[in-house]
Amino acid sequence: MDLLNFLQYTFIQKAFLAGAFVAIVCSVLGLFLVLRKMSLIGDGLSHVSFGAIALGLFFGVYPFCIAIPVVILASILILKISERAKVYGDAAIGIVSAVGISGGIILASLSKGFNVDLFSYLFGNILAISITEVILSIVLSVVVLVVIYFFYWDLFSATFDEEYAKTTGIKTNFINIILTVLTALTVVLSVKMVGIMLVSALLILPAVTALQIAKGFKAAMIIGALVSLISVIFGITLSFFLDLPTGATIVIINALFLMFTFLYKRI
Amino acid sequence: MSILEIKNVSIRYNQSEVVKDVSFTINSGDFVGLAGPNGAGKTTLVKAILGLVPITSGSVELFGETKEKFSSWSKIGYLPQKSSTINVLFPATVNEVVMLGLLSQKTWFKKIIKNDQFKINAILQDLGIVNLKKRMFSELSGGQQQKVLLARALVSSPEVLIFDEPSTALDPESRESFFQLLERLNKKNGIAIILITHDTGYIGKYANKLLYIDKNLIYFGKFSEFCESEKMKSYFGKYEQHLICHQHD
Repeated sequence: MDLLNFLQYTFIQKAFLAGAFVAIVCSVLGLFLVLRKMSLIGDGLSHVSFGAIALGLFFGVYPFCIAIPVVILASILILKISERAKVYGDAAIGIVSAVGISGGIILASLSKGFNVDLFSYLFGNILAISITEVILSIVLSVVVLVVIYFFYWDLFSATFDEEYAKTTGIKTNFINIILTVLTALTVVLSVKMVGIMLVSALLILPAVTALQIAKGFKAAMIIGALVSLISVIFGITLSFFLDLPTGATIVIINALFLMFTFLYKRI
Repeated sequence: MSILEIKNVSIRYNQSEVVKDVSFTINSGDFVGLAGPNGAGKTTLVKAILGLVPITSGSVELFGETKEKFSSWSKIGYLPQKSSTINVLFPATVNEVVMLGLLSQKTWFKKIIKNDQFKINAILQDLGIVNLKKRMFSELSGGQQQKVLLARALVSSPEVLIFDEPSTALDPESRESFFQLLERLNKKNGIAIILITHDTGYIGKYANKLLYIDKNLIYFGKFSEFCESEKMKSYFGKYEQHLICHQHD
């Protein structure tokens, strides 16, 4: 099959469209998360989304309708646990993540009917994405990017020096909530693409790659977005022609980019 | 005019009191050296003034407004202890770091305007670091970083500057020129300065007031009067009082 025919498939077009938006959002948001040492929040929230998707399937509701509010609530819970209960952020992520995935497993064992559906979310399949999911991905991606655009300097300041940001009147607690809620939305969006197991890779790898070589924050955003976009496009294409799992292929290409930047820096 | 009024402020961390019943007033044009032994509560007190640490009792008034109501943060420039809270991996340029000092003048959805860049250029020029504008902050030397953070504190044209041990990253020569710059800002531009430092030799040389705390307020007043005070001599002992009063050449 040649490339031209390949591009004419509707499911490939849908995958490219949704993938491009989610790739850009993940890389931009991931930059803030990596710099704030919150990388693993993506991993934790993806585990929560496993439980939330199970809940949706259990009650016969469209999984994303349950996953979006539940994962947003979980993201705020992580913040509140670490702020108020004197628990370190990574421990708070661990607690919420464990509860989320345990809930999903219990629901799966209780139901027995939707295990195949649920486990398809573990590794994701962007090639099987529906038109509703494409529209949802685009709309939510635009929402996330617009919020980042409007709060760009607040996020920048709170990430560079949170204490100083407070002295300039920036409500850093509010900014932290915005960041975690956006992460929750992004994680839910990415689950269909690369699966629960690999979501955090989409948030972390392009950002870390960009930080190796970028001279300036905006440059890091652009490099991260390009790396992420190319990885998704190549990942979908390669996985189709070589009959490989799409999510894992996207992550491996991202990892190769990171390896090349390490090598480039050494030369 | 009163810039800062601290009334009976106490701050408690867990079960221990870090600052006990401290009161003082700072007026415009004051250059106050804030000194005290390690763990005396100097940084905590400054952070309480800036709203970074909650006070247990008492009140803080900034420019005649209670801290809770105060919103004119651009009137205050803050230079924290050397890069203590800065994210060193953050790929920010010098221009971007200084821009952060202007955010206090903006409300929701902060938009950068042409005049902001003009202000940044002017302050970088004034501090002699305009050549660093496009450099990455993380790649600068400690002294250069300190100057950039000073530019960030100054760019909003504040009426009071608060420094927490600003000279620790500087070599002796840069330290001297740094204090000369503070003196110029205080005397020429009329900016009030609150300076935490262990090096009281510089307080004697440049500041006109000494605020000495050791959890409690020990002394607040003119530096010269501190050195002649019999009460302080009996509190510190003659030798330590002499050490505090020593001025660098």
